[in-house]
Amino acid sequence: MGHILLRHRDEGLENLHQLDVYRANGGYDALKKVLDEYSKDEVITIIRDSNLRGRGGAGFPAGLKWGFIPKVDGDKYVVINTDESETGTFKDRELVERNPHQVIEGALIAAYAIGAKQIYNYFRGEFMSAAFNFEEALQECYAAGLIGENIMGSDFSCDFSCHYGAGAYICGEETALLNSLQGDLGQPWSKPPFPAVEGLYSKPTVVNNTETLANVPPIIMNGADWYKSMGTERSAGIKIVCLSGHINKPGNYEVEMGTSYRDILFDEKYGGGIPNGKKFKALLPSGGSGPVIVDDALDAPMTYEGLTEHGSVMGSASLIVMDETVDMVWAAMKMIHFFRHESCGKCTPCREGVFWMKIVIDRIYNGIGTEKDIKTLESVANQIQGNTLCALGEFAINPALATIRHFPEEYRAKIK
Amino acid sequence: MSDLVTLTIDGTELSVPKGTRVADAAKSVGIDIPVFCHHPKLEPVGACRMCLVEIGMPMRDRATGEPMLNEDGSPKINFGRGLQTSCTAVVGEGMVVHTDTEAVTDVRGTLLEFQLVNHPLDCPICDKGGECPLQNLVMDHGKMESRVYFEDKRRSDKHVSLGDLIFLDRERCIQCARCIRFQDEVADDRVLQFHNRGVNLEIVTMSDPGFDSYWSGNTTDICPVGALTTADFRFGARPWEMTPSASICSQCAVGCNMTVNTRREARSGGKPVIKRILPRQNEAVNELWLCDKGRFTHDYVASPERLTSPMMRKDGELVAVSWDEALNAAAEGLQAASSVAGLAGQRLSNEDYFMLQKLFRKGLKSGNLDVNNRQIGGGDVVAQVGIAAGSDLQQLGKGDAILVVASDLHEEAPLWWLRVKQAADRGAALVVINGRSTRLSSHATHNLQADSGDIVATVRQLVSMAKVETDGTGALDAAAETLITANNLVAFYGYEGLSYEETESLAKALANLLLIQMDGEPHVGRMNNGLIPVWPYANTQGAWDMGIHPALLPSYKAAKMTGMDAVAMFAGAADGSLDALYVVGADPIGDGWMADRGKLGLLIVQELFMTKTAVTADIIFPAQSWAERDGTFTNGERRVQRYYPAIRPAGDSRPDWQILSQLGERVGAGKAETVTSLVFRSLTKAARQYKGMDYRSLGQVEAQWPVVGGDDRYYGGNAFANTAGLGKQWAAVAESKAVKQFEMDDAVSSREDGLLLINAASLYTAGTLIDKSAVLAPRMAKITLTINPVDATAYEDGDTLMVRTDRVTVQATAVVSDDVMVGTAVLRGVKAMNGTAVARLSKIKE
Repeated sequence: MGHILLRHRDEGLENLHQLDVYRANGGYDALKKVLDEYSKDEVITIIRDSNLRGRGGAGFPAGLKWGFIPKVDGDKYVVINTDESETGTFKDRELVERNPHQVIEGALIAAYAIGAKQIYNYFRGEFMSAAFNFEEALQECYAAGLIGENIMGSDFSCDFSCHYGAGAYICGEETALLNSLQGDLGQPWSKPPFPAVEGLYSKPTVVNNTETLANVPPIIMNGADWYKSMGTERSAGIKIVCLSGHINKPGNYEVEMGTSYRDILFDEKYGGGIPNGKKFKALLPSGGSGPVIVDDALDAPMTYEGLTEHGSVMGSASLIVMDETVDMVWAAMKMIHFFRHESCGKCTPCREGVFWMKIVIDRIYNGIGTEKDIKTLESVANQIQGNTLCALGEFAINPALATIRHFPEEYRAKIK
Repeated sequence: MSDLVTLTIDGTELSVPKGTRVADAAKSVGIDIPVFCHHPKLEPVGACRMCLVEIGMPMRDRATGEPMLNEDGSPKINFGRGLQTSCTAVVGEGMVVHTDTEAVTDVRGTLLEFQLVNHPLDCPICDKGGECPLQNLVMDHGKMESRVYFEDKRRSDKHVSLGDLIFLDRERCIQCARCIRFQDEVADDRVLQFHNRGVNLEIVTMSDPGFDSYWSGNTTDICPVGALTTADFRFGARPWEMTPSASICSQCAVGCNMTVNTRREARSGGKPVIKRILPRQNEAVNELWLCDKGRFTHDYVASPERLTSPMMRKDGELVAVSWDEALNAAAEGLQAASSVAGLAGQRLSNEDYFMLQKLFRKGLKSGNLDVNNRQIGGGDVVAQVGIAAGSDLQQLGKGDAILVVASDLHEEAPLWWLRVKQAADRGAALVVINGRSTRLSSHATHNLQADSGDIVATVRQLVSMAKVETDGTGALDAAAETLITANNLVAFYGYEGLSYEETESLAKALANLLLIQMDGEPHVGRMNNGLIPVWPYANTQGAWDMGIHPALLPSYKAAKMTGMDAVAMFAGAADGSLDALYVVGADPIGDGWMADRGKLGLLIVQELFMTKTAVTADIIFPAQSWAERDGTFTNGERRVQRYYPAIRPAGDSRPDWQILSQLGERVGAGKAETVTSLVFRSLTKAARQYKGMDYRSLGQVEAQWPVVGGDDRYYGGNAFANTAGLGKQWAAVAESKAVKQFEMDDAVSSREDGLLLINAASLYTAGTLIDKSAVLAPRMAKITLTINPVDATAYEDGDTLMVRTDRVTVQATAVVSDDVMVGTAVLRGVKAMNGTAVARLSKIKE
């Protein structure tokens, strides 16, 4: 079977980023179908029935999100979140670079469904070349009447523009992204108001991950039941997994939901095992933001709920594999450095707490820490938990708490 | 549907308006939820997390929508996961809030520990120490031992100048953004911003000069730590050393309530000196704010240049004499004079004006009384249709309208600008009519620019359009329609680019607009409706009320004989037809109204400083400044407000009313008064609008929202709670009986041919008092002349021009801009020019 999202990897579709190739292979048929056959509500119903959930990591049902948009006239926006900044995540980049039209088509369908006349794609600033490819694709679409006035001869008109971030992890958070997009400081706001009610320029806004939207055209073409036939009951469909670290075959893989982590790591179809005969030690299932898991969790299915009992999450499915050589205190320290660097500073617990964690873990790693420092690290992390404005603060504590939980002896070995 | 929502906080049931935030609701029943970033006048952001509490909502059955009940019949409450920020959470019907549980107590300790991670803990040398919310909250809820090693703290700049007025200590800043948000949301001067992120998040100023705003001082009040300090106060005193005195600002017609903080110092021989000025809450006047002019202009009070002793000219020299000698000489001189006249400034108290008019009318039998610089008329019209007592601009919003004509409120009366802008933000329609764009224009629903010579005609046209249903589609029609159909209508009028006569016509025309009956009701005589004059000084209103007018007695009664007005006095001095001139708190020579003392036989000056007029005087009486005495001012909304003594008098100075009264006794104007409150009692008998007022009733207060002062300082900021009086507005005639439309003279607009010179106000324009402010010195308005490119063919931006009119000659820097209309030149930074004039320009060669 061919790919659903990473279609450019299929034979003969290497140039899928070109509009003519995309169209020759069924591209924009879904948009045509929507414009010809479906009302706005029918589109939302199909997406809701398909059980498609947010692929940025939070897993919020996409159809539900679209359904929250007030059904009144006025400015509304669809914003694509291509800020892909999670450590070890590189799936959206491949999509916008190699299969941009599927993202564009998905976004246009979303815009049609909620009544938006403007779509923005918010790119991570470092994705400049990928974004230029994407902009070329947009120009092709404008020229072909797929974006702009009266798309495909219908009443539906919609514009599409790109915006480049300036390198802030926090701008992947939807409200920070919207602030950044409208020219304000990239800091999240306290919800409510939710973007569906007051988003970009205080207008109803849907913010969807790039991969989420790429799923939309095939769902429209093949139906909700087809999509639900893949994956599990609560986590339907497919997911792009980003494999990196100590793994034989790093890269993106389109994987059916519910596949076990062990298969993803060791199956020859996917990761193909740990290189150099080393033993597996730990896995970050969701980049830096998800708690680390160890061997006992590898048989869990990759679903939104699969790692709950192991205290972790699927998130954006960016799997960073660590073999037996990795110093887990070092790994935790690197991640804490990352979050300290990326904390926006708006809310106190994250701004001050993550800074404090960094000081303490530096001390431990450098061999001048004490037992008390391990306790402080753990307690500061616990004090941040539940008290921050957005999820970044919650992510930032995971490297500390999960490594202390799974590898207490490595911490103890470092202290005086 | 009811607009009230009922909820329970810590077992107390309360009902608050829909949309109230939980933290504010709690505060209204005296339950303190600690906050840093939340301020009741700013939009909540939920950043500091200090106000986390448990918030639960009644559960409803999903299928039936019915409330779910516990076994005991009480509603089931869902507290959700974790705590919520009570500053952002909006009250809901049946909501249950806990602020006293273990989880809440714990989180307060936790968050305070975080706040202190990078805090320098330099409380012993911090200006905020003693009135610091962070310090207070740590004492209440904090952990007393630090787990952070001191050397691990982030170090940063401790003396960052955000412009000349405000300093920032980056180590103390807790990133609550109150200052940034104040500048964005309240002041509309977006000159502060965050730079960088995380622990490196820091406040920067984006303007040149730094922190370019008339409102900067307010950010130091609402800063919940010692990060922002004012240039005049920093390192100056500890809060607990200071004595607060209630006062009223004497710098413009708004009448902002303020508190003067004083401390005894060696440099003043152990006498109290003014250390700082803070706002005092009066929600109907200035809320919690002060403009920087009001806050920073106090230096003159302590100036070594103050007059401290009576003086007389002997053998050509001014020498110090005793009060008795000076008073006796003045009395003799005035009585012997063939003609006398009194000229008063417009910052004196009501008591001073009353005694001045008594001295002249009763003692010297003269009606030659006027204020020094009569730029704007219509006081008599205001007495009829002025904004009604009990009004509060804060109550204007959607459905209401405000009209502002010929005034730049941002420069002339900053607090009014702020409140008008905010009313517009709340949805009130704003119509601005002026000869050029001002800061208010961008907030206007209808911005009607008219040539200054056409402003009165434009307003009259607007009034006639409002009188009849027109089907016109022009901007003026639309504005008329908006104004006349408003639920409430307030009209401000000023004098920019207008002659005195034109301002009188303007006042009448606006009165006629307000008097138009819409559904049987005119826009006068009821709350939040009526006319507000933008008087140029703090007590121009009081001068009108007390009969400092050649033709009006106190109570606006017509005098039997019209006396000399200021122009006649100046002419009389020059040609010798006036023998004696008595000047109180004015500098006609310094302001250019008189070239010199002319042929005056006797010139008496009652002043704070040795002004250009005083230098030529025969007798000088040293007066007390407003901070050294008590009295009342009446603001442009006719609110009579009391101010109290804050410091001891300079030298041998006396209050103006006392000098006038002691002089009056010597010329048969009755026994000298001894106490200010008794002078006020006397004046209420003569000025019947003040009937029923006394110092006690002016000193009364009532509860205000938000709650500020005392332990709640972290909430509203350093603004003082008002315990010394909210003042009282006197009722305009329209509040008790119908007022008829005013007769209008035929429109006369006389403009000579030539380049029309308009004097536009600048807040920091040089003057006797503001010139002494060390803090404001670098911000003083430069003298500029803005000309349209069409008129500026011979000049370029930055050229130095000599501007000559019939009366003034000033040197100004040219600004070439199409902000001004062709044929018009706008002069800024010059005080002594009013009405209209034709300018002759010449370029000064470099």
